Amino acid sequence: MEQTKYLVVGSSHAALEAVTAIRMHDPEGSLTLLTRDPHLPYSPTVLPYVVSGRSAPDGIFLRDEKFFARLGVQFKRGTALKALHPTRNAAELADGSEIAYEKILLATGASPAIPPIPGLDQVAYHVLRTLDDATKLNAAIRSSKQAVVLGAGLVGMHAAENLVKAGAKVTIVEMAKQLTDGYFDAIAAGLIEKAFTDNGATILTGSRVVKLAPSAVGATLTLENGTTLEADLLLVATGVRPNMDYLTDGQVEHDRGILVSDSMQTSVANVWSAGDCAQAKGFFTADKVMNAILPDATEQGRIAGMAMAGDPGLKQYPGGVPLNTYHFFGRHAISVGSSKVPEGGEMVTRFDEASGRYLKAIFSADNRLTGIYGVNEFFDGGVMCQLILRRVDLSAVRERLLANPLAVGRELMSKLWR
Amino acid sequence: MGAYNTISFDANKCDGCGDCMTACATAKTGTDDKARSRIQIVGSADDGFELALCRQCGDPKCVTVCPAGALTKDYASGVIDWNGDKCVDCLLCTVGCAYAGIALDEGSGHVAKCDTCDGAPACVPACPHDALTYVTTSRIYNEVGDWEDLFAPGLAGCQGCNTELLMRHTLRRVGPETVLATPPGCVPGMGSVGFNGTTGTKIPVFHPLLTNTAAMLAGIKRQYKRVGREVNALAIAGDGGASDVGFQSLSGAAERNEQILFMVVDNEGYMNTGMQRSSCTPYGAWTSTTPIGVGSGGLPSQGKTQDAKNLPLIMVNHRCEYVATASTAYMEDLYDKLDKAIQASKRGFAYLHVYSPCTTGWRFPTDQNMEVARKAVETNFVMLWEYNRTDGLRFTRPVDDPLPVTEYLRAMGRFRHLSPDQISHIQAKVVENLAFVKQMAQRQSA
Repeated sequence: MEQTKYLVVGSSHAALEAVTAIRMHDPEGSLTLLTRDPHLPYSPTVLPYVVSGRSAPDGIFLRDEKFFARLGVQFKRGTALKALHPTRNAAELADGSEIAYEKILLATGASPAIPPIPGLDQVAYHVLRTLDDATKLNAAIRSSKQAVVLGAGLVGMHAAENLVKAGAKVTIVEMAKQLTDGYFDAIAAGLIEKAFTDNGATILTGSRVVKLAPSAVGATLTLENGTTLEADLLLVATGVRPNMDYLTDGQVEHDRGILVSDSMQTSVANVWSAGDCAQAKGFFTADKVMNAILPDATEQGRIAGMAMAGDPGLKQYPGGVPLNTYHFFGRHAISVGSSKVPEGGEMVTRFDEASGRYLKAIFSADNRLTGIYGVNEFFDGGVMCQLILRRVDLSAVRERLLANPLAVGRELMSKLWR
Repeated sequence: MGAYNTISFDANKCDGCGDCMTACATAKTGTDDKARSRIQIVGSADDGFELALCRQCGDPKCVTVCPAGALTKDYASGVIDWNGDKCVDCLLCTVGCAYAGIALDEGSGHVAKCDTCDGAPACVPACPHDALTYVTTSRIYNEVGDWEDLFAPGLAGCQGCNTELLMRHTLRRVGPETVLATPPGCVPGMGSVGFNGTTGTKIPVFHPLLTNTAAMLAGIKRQYKRVGREVNALAIAGDGGASDVGFQSLSGAAERNEQILFMVVDNEGYMNTGMQRSSCTPYGAWTSTTPIGVGSGGLPSQGKTQDAKNLPLIMVNHRCEYVATASTAYMEDLYDKLDKAIQASKRGFAYLHVYSPCTTGWRFPTDQNMEVARKAVETNFVMLWEYNRTDGLRFTRPVDDPLPVTEYLRAMGRFRHLSPDQISHIQAKVVENLAFVKQMAQRQSA
């Protein structure tokens, strides 16, 4: 049986950061990177731009074979983890072989969650999570005349914008009352919705598809209120679910994701998890949450790698802070932190309808920033995130910060952690 | 890995004029729109100006969070490159960077960051106040790394010893054509003179008495001159061996302008023999001979009751070829002075006085040596200056806005017992010493 000191499963941000962190501390221990994907490592986040044609499919790779050779990493692609056997420190692969590990990182990411709608399995539809999904969708949008996107999260919205720009008539169907629910608030969502409808898209929020059936064009969708839609291209973007089917022997504790400690260790010895499949502490709550975003994946991956290699410089995970950026029709939206107003705290908003500039900031009772959101209102998301993480007392500068978050944020950064 | 260049900002010199931002915007966007500059000066005249600029991190977060592979660290130049063909304008890099070093340029619709203008940053020459400088980092490391270490690998210094660092650096620079004198003290104590008939150095070394170091070294140098051989004559002595018992021969050699380089490692006491006070021990400091507790006649004893002798200033009054003070917390300054001292020692007497914190005798944690050395300078407890006969005395690292001396005192145990009166005495002495050296600097340069 093949043996390795470190087995890292997955090949996106969390896995790659873990590899770097392990090699920082242990330049020699045998290291294997295993991924089900047949390609070199890439980020799911870049895929909407492969769909639009902006990114060339062969120009998105984050590492090449030379990188792995230089770091002494055995890179095995195109083979999935089928079952984890933690009692005997072995990973069973889809091709039937096994790898014995000393330490394993599960950074297996997530896959599209397919809603249980009657008839969905009878029609052809697209999803967008892998490079192959993206190249297929890229080819399909060119010939699409009438497309339907199920789900108005960031993946769905990105794809919808691409379809609009490619000249299709696009309808977005979303169960929630607003677009980008969970990322942006109602006012920001209103700005996003207006940009889409101005460009010819149809948005159906608070709507649910109850039935699908094949049709001459492609598929017929029936909504809850009885109306029907015809789609020659159907994209299902109703969220993701973590890849953890390989947890078959019931030992590794999991809930919505794989439950991990503040050093990304699972409930089982020698097993760590990070990224979109992990469920770790939130920054604003002691509960373990899913925070499936890119910056958090890199952070978790690094912590896991350091913990696995026994790096004494390891700092415990501070908890996930939601961070999102969204670019739509030439505008930008950024959200940092929690949208929930803490007890005794305050939410301040500023909205200039003429320019479409919108700012929302949330402070705790003791004047710490807990969240900040902007549409076309620019501030440095990384600086704001540090203000939140460091729980900086903003009593003296709150009004100035709200008036000019860009300059005052930078001033605070320079004074506090230059 | 080579040395990297970096844009350094001195907030004390900045008046917020914005010329750097105009220069950057002009160079990078062809406009004078300061908002589009990649160097951003923020703040106000009341409160000081601050800087937001890419720091070309060694472990860059912007690169790790980029989903498109558009940002890469160039390990040859140190610069983080942005590839516009790969960038998808997602702005995740701006969320990753904690320093506002990469931000959206509204004019172009893309992120923009400093690329150091390929090694000739437009902002630096545009600054009328020298607040921006383009400096090479780790220059000393890269240069010195190739020189031969002329001490044995295993010297028996205390953990965290500053003197070992200093002597290794010094001898590497002075080089193999050297005869070294190390009178009794920490330097031979940790093994420079060797054990069982082998030396601790790869050059000739000898162990004079405390009292005759400068005289013996001067004699050896003269003999080499007589036989026509060019060698460096170097002494590395402690403050006790120089300022107390060794002073008479030191003063004599300086007065005769012997062609030697005399380095004093001033750890403010006889640390090697059990931490007794010397004439360089500062007022109030605990040593084993200036204890804390009940003193003679039942009077309380609170450390040393006299002020330290300022030996380097005394050496200035010998009108030597070269006299300087230095600190290992400021290695570039130290190396600069070492180079000058080596050159001066070919003409006459060169004297280098290095303030050297002692983790064992001063009572501070072994990892705090540089911090203590730096605090000594930042509070003006010691001052870094140099003297030669032509240019007189000048400060090499003037501290215009010193920290209170308590910042230095509290960093170590030997001052823990100080009463408020004693602290006031030390602070007053710092002010007095500074004024004295300043007067001297003016008089000499006038």
